[in-house]
Amino acid sequence: MKKYIKDLTVAAVEYPHSRYVLIKLTDAEPLPEVAPGQFVEVKVEGSPATFLRRPISINYYDKATNQLWLLVAMVGEGTRTLGTLKAGDKLNLVFPLGNGFSPVQKAGEKVLLVGGGVGVAPLLQYGRYLKENGAHPVFLLGARTSADLLELDLFRAISDVYITTEDASEGEKGFVTQHSVLQTDKFDRISVCGPKPMMVSVARYAKQTATPCEVSLENMMACGLGACLCCVEKTVKGNVCVCKEGPVFDINDLTWNL
Amino acid sequence: MADLTTKLAGITLKNPVMTASGTFGYGVEFADFVNLEDIGGIIVKGTTLNPREGNDYPRMVETASGMLNCVGLQNKGVDYFCKNIYPQTKDINTNMIVNVSGSCPEDYAECAARINELDNIPAIELNISCPNVRQGGMAFGVTTDGAASVVKAVREAYKKTLIVKLSPNVTSITDIALAVQDAGADAVSLINTLMGMVIDIEKRKPILSIGTGGMSGPAVKPVAVRCVYQVAKAVNVPIVGLGGIMNAHDAIEFLLAGASAIEIGTANFVDPAITVKVAQGISEWLDNHGCKSVSEIIGQAL
Repeated sequence: MKKYIKDLTVAAVEYPHSRYVLIKLTDAEPLPEVAPGQFVEVKVEGSPATFLRRPISINYYDKATNQLWLLVAMVGEGTRTLGTLKAGDKLNLVFPLGNGFSPVQKAGEKVLLVGGGVGVAPLLQYGRYLKENGAHPVFLLGARTSADLLELDLFRAISDVYITTEDASEGEKGFVTQHSVLQTDKFDRISVCGPKPMMVSVARYAKQTATPCEVSLENMMACGLGACLCCVEKTVKGNVCVCKEGPVFDINDLTWNL
Repeated sequence: MADLTTKLAGITLKNPVMTASGTFGYGVEFADFVNLEDIGGIIVKGTTLNPREGNDYPRMVETASGMLNCVGLQNKGVDYFCKNIYPQTKDINTNMIVNVSGSCPEDYAECAARINELDNIPAIELNISCPNVRQGGMAFGVTTDGAASVVKAVREAYKKTLIVKLSPNVTSITDIALAVQDAGADAVSLINTLMGMVIDIEKRKPILSIGTGGMSGPAVKPVAVRCVYQVAKAVNVPIVGLGGIMNAHDAIEFLLAGASAIEIGTANFVDPAITVKVAQGISEWLDNHGCKSVSEIIGQAL
């Protein structure tokens, strides 16, 4: 897939929550095709302490409206600066990067998409892709509290959404792996994006139930192109770049203690 | 338009811009962003005789105006390079240069000997200054005897242009430069990264997996310019300057300090098209200042 470096235009900025910003980007030309689960490297202007680009997963990409959305958790100075963008501003992107989630394996397959916190971001695009291509996505989303559940209406417009919150403010109480749907339902495969402890516990569930499972990693990156070898993950094939060989990996290729 | 060609010992560069080892992969990773043939030279990832897995993650941490890394020379070894990478890069019309590292003089020499067989690799850059590998690497580069021993061993095995990359983590970089010149280096490149550390105050531990890492980026540029300037006053061989170059003006500082060519490293991570922009910017600066060729300004600040 050809990669681009482009100044995109901010079409709109929304704040689903005080700690998150949704940046909707567009361009005068048609945006390049992107695959669900791929990411971009964003240049942060106006933040002298932010030297490197920030890798951000693609939340949503729509050909008809020519928009690409980034859902960003504002955790440090770089991402907080991204939160100050206004409609009409330019944002420089290197994209699309990495390999996305697996394509549809067979018609009607039931795919569980598990997201935690801002890790839900790439699952919106993936869920839509699966539905449009004859698979049956089901979402299981976890958050600390109901206010941290992001884009729920958009997920619900695609398919069933199961929820856990740590304080029981919405859905079932606890972590995603404690949700009753995992006991009552069976899935052909699972895709996960979220904090590492969550991904590890979902991967354990997948292994116990012999369900194929892929996880989207977010190791710290510099180049995003497989050149600097900074973001490596230990795999059965040795150290590989998450940015180039991932960010999505089959759990059987990782050396996690499951 | 000013003449951008520059000479480096036995080789001619179409412009003074090269890429720093470990920041540009094998070049092909950047082919979507730049025409690789518009770059004066591409110095590919550090290569060792045997494959190396490198250090554990985390290998990178950001700092104000720069970053630290402790990749630790992860590479698949020289035979893999010769068999799998070289065929992909040999017809690119630029100077493809291999950065060679090792843990003893014999390994360096054997690795260099195998690269000597590749027709379209006109030079090697000898890394005696990697701060991230316990055995060897910088250990050789921090003493005049150590540096000379590696260069002598390689000089016997390698017949083409030999560039030796120097560490700034030394008492006198000019002493090391003179030692490698006497041992047979055709050129020197400097500086490699500065050894540093960042501590996570919540975990109360260094962030990088091996504790320390090599610092690069614009924060190190004045140190690099100083080193180039001092070495240029001391040696006769040509110098390749690097360390924190982010734009054409930075590159011109190095040329004025005595570098015949420059390398762009960390800036490639911020802008994957930076190499050709810097080459273009040097050309414009020369034109705006009435210079007919880049060679006119090399060492003018000395």
